[in-house]
Amino acid sequence: MAAKSTLTNMVLCLFGVCFVCAALLGAVFVVTKAPIEEAAAAEARASIAKVLPAGGEISAEMPSDAEGIGGYFVQTSDGAVTAYAVKSVAGGFGGPLALMVGVLPDGTVFNTSVLSHSETPGLGAKCTEEGSRFREQWKGFSGALSVKKDGGDVDAITASTITSRAYTKAVAQAVALVKGMSGGSAVHSATATHEPAQKTSVDGTAAAPKTKEDQL
Amino acid sequence: MSKFSLITKGLLKENPTFVLVLGMCPTLATTTSAMNGLEMGLATMFVLILSNIVISLIAPVVPDKVHIPVYIVVIATFVTVLQLVMQAYTPGAFKTLGLFIPLIVVNCIILGRAEAFAGKNSVWDSALDGIGIGIGFTLSLTVIGIVREILGSGAVFGWKFISGDGILAFVMAPGAFIVLGYLMVLFNKIAKK
Repeated sequence: MAAKSTLTNMVLCLFGVCFVCAALLGAVFVVTKAPIEEAAAAEARASIAKVLPAGGEISAEMPSDAEGIGGYFVQTSDGAVTAYAVKSVAGGFGGPLALMVGVLPDGTVFNTSVLSHSETPGLGAKCTEEGSRFREQWKGFSGALSVKKDGGDVDAITASTITSRAYTKAVAQAVALVKGMSGGSAVHSATATHEPAQKTSVDGTAAAPKTKEDQL
Repeated sequence: MSKFSLITKGLLKENPTFVLVLGMCPTLATTTSAMNGLEMGLATMFVLILSNIVISLIAPVVPDKVHIPVYIVVIATFVTVLQLVMQAYTPGAFKTLGLFIPLIVVNCIILGRAEAFAGKNSVWDSALDGIGIGIGFTLSLTVIGIVREILGSGAVFGWKFISGDGILAFVMAPGAFIVLGYLMVLFNKIAKK
């Protein structure tokens, strides 16, 4: 029943099938391109909005060279910076753990969310559970950024110290980036360690780097 | 063979999971919950039906020596179509099933049905065969998913009936093997009667 396996037959048949398949794929790609981009953008917007205070305008993504930072977004309200959303990645137990970390200009964590992870289900993957004690502690966190076992203020997830350390490291990277930006641009002599005294000056002047970066 | 038995044989006599024991990789890996199992089953069924139809149509003009590459191209095309469509319209499901959608290309159920059935039978029969095997695969995955979700997370289709965790092992790989093994025993015992 099948056609004879001569060279011409085989070449023609493979060519024909591949041609039709490629054309079909091209058509489907064109049709789904816009919805796929839309879905990805909606997801990114949702993950940013989740970790920032309500209101304000969110900038386009800014690149960063800092270690483990995948880029960040600046939220402004009436020209003043109100918060940063930082994409931060650290090595977890099963692979890279990527977080979106909302940080206020003074270095306080506003909220965090998990973008992608490959932690063990039921153990490390608990770091993705909204409303769990581990996740709740990040809201308004301003203590020492290491787990309690290492002398810090972070409550680790039971039996998942490596995941908790990675999570903490990712948050610490984001906080360090924000402190570096707001501290460095405010006053040259100001060090990021004295937040209470410095806070007003940071809030007042942090708008400057934002507009500068906007033009870049 | 009657048209009706073409569908029912996929559920019982030639159940892809419990009797033919094909496509074990997605079966074990994606059935952590009932919903994941169901979605994976439906995704596979979509590819299976379309590839069965197209392969039964082109089989008479495909030279024997290149029939495997041709079948794989057809299957891979439908998988990629599915992948793009899922990415666009059901990004949530696409995220959970992730890697296992492109892996449908090498799922032995699909090439197996193309070789064993669609290449030799009419379009209509091949479509019915795809539906039957597809439903059988979907139901098997959903059942494994339900059992693992009940034991592992204390929930069914995401609806929790106990607070806290279940037996963690059932969400992880060992639980998949244990559940599959026991269900296989149970299925064959019932099916033999």
